Amino acid sequence: MDEGARQDARQGRRAIDLYLNIILLVFVAATGIAAVWLRNLLASAMVLGIYSLLMAGLWVVLDAVDVAFTEAAVGAGVTTVLMLLAIALTGREEKRVRTRPWLPLAVSLGAAGLLVYATLGMPDFGAADAPAQTHVAPYYLERGEAETGVPNVVTAVLASYRGFDTLGEVTVIFTAGMGVLVLLGSATRRRRKAPTSAKEDSA
Amino acid sequence: MFLAAAAALIAAMVLALARAFAGPTVYDRILAVNQIGTQTVLLIAVMGFISGRPDFLDISLLYALINFVATIAVLRYVKRDRARADKQS
Repeated sequence: MDEGARQDARQGRRAIDLYLNIILLVFVAATGIAAVWLRNLLASAMVLGIYSLLMAGLWVVLDAVDVAFTEAAVGAGVTTVLMLLAIALTGREEKRVRTRPWLPLAVSLGAAGLLVYATLGMPDFGAADAPAQTHVAPYYLERGEAETGVPNVVTAVLASYRGFDTLGEVTVIFTAGMGVLVLLGSATRRRRKAPTSAKEDSA
Repeated sequence: MFLAAAAALIAAMVLALARAFAGPTVYDRILAVNQIGTQTVLLIAVMGFISGRPDFLDISLLYALINFVATIAVLRYVKRDRARADKQS
């Protein structure tokens, strides 16, 4: 009977998770559409920040707390700042498009349909016999701490077993960061110089 | 009780989202972003108690710490923009 009550509680929790997933996904879809719909780019950047916060909530519901952290810090924090800097350098209003982009719409809808179709062939969420659980994951779980001395399995995989992979990722992010800094830095310097030269011209 | 709290949070989220989409001024949207961030923090905390893992509370505290970064960035941008507009006029 105690076992039955526990099972009931677990089932209730699963139902809550399901409803939360559905609600958050509806919110995410609504923010995505709104970000495209809004003409004011500043508003779009802020709606994208909301999108990231909602995604972070979704990751927590899915038990991927570390991904949620990254999403909240990078998506809602860094990306919003970068977007604002870019908007400050270009313009606040989106240009109106005269033609109707039917072909891109058809291509993206087709790709989305294919992706949804592909999810039908995926193993169930958290299934024990999924390929991801049967390949190297058991080895990492059994030997991870003994071999690397890292108590957290995810950290052990990222920092030790896939160390070179992570080094490559860091290189990519570093290069991207340098590129962004150079682009934004040179643009702001030019802008700062521009008003003084204009004044000299009028003088 | 936690379920009622979660439902109330989701209702508040819907209202904040509506303000973010419709909100005529920048300030409406800034407030909406900040509010959604706070509600995400609270929702994570409530989720932790619903699923019987109160250690989610630490995570939501960390979220609260990074939540304000975007808000401050937007406010600084708006301030600078306004200063520039004042100088030009």
